Amino acid sequence: MPADAGSRITRADVDHVASLARLALTDDEADALTHDLGVILEHAARVEALDTDGVPPTAHPLPLRNVLRADEVRPGVDRDEVLAQAPATEDGRFRVPPVLGETS
Amino acid sequence: MIPGPVDGDADADAVALAAAVRSGDRSARAVVDQHLARIDERDEELHAFLLVMADEARAAADAVDATVAAGRDPGPLAGVPVALKDVLCTRGVPTTCGSRILEGWRPPYTATVVARVLAAGGIPIGKTNMDEFAMGSSTENSSYGPTRNPHDPTRVPGGSSGGSAAAVGGGLAPLALGSDTGGSVRQPAALCGVVGVKPTYGLVSRYGLVAFASSLDQVGPFATTVADAAVLLEVIAGHDPCDSTSVPEPGPRLLEGLDDGVDGLRIGIVTELTDVEGVEPEVVAAVEQAGHALEKAGATVERVSVPSAAYGISAYYLIAPAEASSNLARYDGVRYGLRVDAGDTATMNARTRDTGFGPEVKRRIMLGTYALSAGYYDAYYGQAQRVRTLVIRDFARVYERCDALISPTSPSTAFELGARTADPLAMYLSDVCTVPSSLAGHPAMSVPFGAGAHGLPVGLQVLAPARGEAVMFRVAQVVEEAA
Repeated sequence: MPADAGSRITRADVDHVASLARLALTDDEADALTHDLGVILEHAARVEALDTDGVPPTAHPLPLRNVLRADEVRPGVDRDEVLAQAPATEDGRFRVPPVLGETS
Repeated sequence: MIPGPVDGDADADAVALAAAVRSGDRSARAVVDQHLARIDERDEELHAFLLVMADEARAAADAVDATVAAGRDPGPLAGVPVALKDVLCTRGVPTTCGSRILEGWRPPYTATVVARVLAAGGIPIGKTNMDEFAMGSSTENSSYGPTRNPHDPTRVPGGSSGGSAAAVGGGLAPLALGSDTGGSVRQPAALCGVVGVKPTYGLVSRYGLVAFASSLDQVGPFATTVADAAVLLEVIAGHDPCDSTSVPEPGPRLLEGLDDGVDGLRIGIVTELTDVEGVEPEVVAAVEQAGHALEKAGATVERVSVPSAAYGISAYYLIAPAEASSNLARYDGVRYGLRVDAGDTATMNARTRDTGFGPEVKRRIMLGTYALSAGYYDAYYGQAQRVRTLVIRDFARVYERCDALISPTSPSTAFELGARTADPLAMYLSDVCTVPSSLAGHPAMSVPFGAGAHGLPVGLQVLAPARGEAVMFRVAQVVEEAA
């Protein structure tokens, strides 16, 4: 690995990205990821070497078109079966801890 | 010597088994019991299965036998046990994706491919081990412990569909389903000495396949023969209104022309995937030999260049993590799976995800989130998408003068457990030969061909243009016969 591997991403970057990704990383995890992502990005950055001037991006291998269908009532998944898999429910809904700082 | 299935016998042949069950010569129940006994005997060592569906399998087998007794045809997979990668939803039956975050989850619906297997008389026999959320090339990233290679239990089976490959290679199931995002069916097939297919993107429904990278994911079959793989692909292919990326056309007919041979076909050996550093000499030699065999069978074989294929792996490891970081946002401790409680929802989300995901999944989520984040999007994700266009263009140019291409499936034969776990990049490079077709959405398959160091199986990759499955299978059939 190149001597400057890791220079592409700092520990501060990792902390920021972890907050975007909703991952409560431990200190050790964040340090290890700073190193690993640096090495991986160094390799991935080979794509920078290719001349892609005027080349359009491909997001998907198929020429996708929107799919429409008649708005007919069809059976969906069973609500009780779905709720039975949730960590917490109340009155037929998913229950979560406070979202906006209110106290429960 | 060709290392085929380890306990290879007539029972590994799905076509023959289904014929025997359909004609009433053998009962589906006996076939299933025999495979359950084999799993009992062998799987403590291999750990191909996370869950054996013994009761469900016996019930399905009895239903097949009842259908035969009533004089009706149960279908082309009558009584044939099929192992399912644990990324395929099975209603009411635990589905973990190899992750602690989904431990104990019972999906409220069944994947279309699984429903089609059942409708064809096939018997889902269990859920197989995998790298967590299909991220890995050795099955060592499973949160439930690794799977071992049936040819040498000190070595990995490949991944991420390593459990499915080991189940078929170890004689525990004649057929299996896996998912392939960047090589996760083909590479383990190569390492376990079996046939593995990644179909054209959109050919097989993704409904009920837990998402990793949605523009790349495809479900594909494992089998001990090319013909068996063709039967299973015919069963699972075809339009599904529940998947908006499913191509609204009927699936290909593969068995009809399977023995048409390759006389007059033009076949290219992809230089960028073969004559490069890191590919073991025995593997290169196998590709050369396969080329000679195809020539002898009447094909024209020449070296061809797909220049951007050399950059495929770099583009792939930006695109796939980017899509994964978005897809895996759903594991938030709210609707299913693990929750680690906290005083507020945001902290609960973040603690749940840090506890529930393993190291490789976190690495990919972080990599993908970074590649998509403000300031880096164009340099990484945008550039990778433009390279993806170049890969598609280069393939299109080569397919103007070739009907199919060949290359190694994996640069190496099966490596030892632990050999690449400390170095994520080395593990990623295991996929260098398989990612280009994935980026292009093209079909590709691995066929056992020859043996490498230590007598381990080598896989030959056959590549074809979009919806070129029929030609791909014809080439694979000739390769299999020459092996």
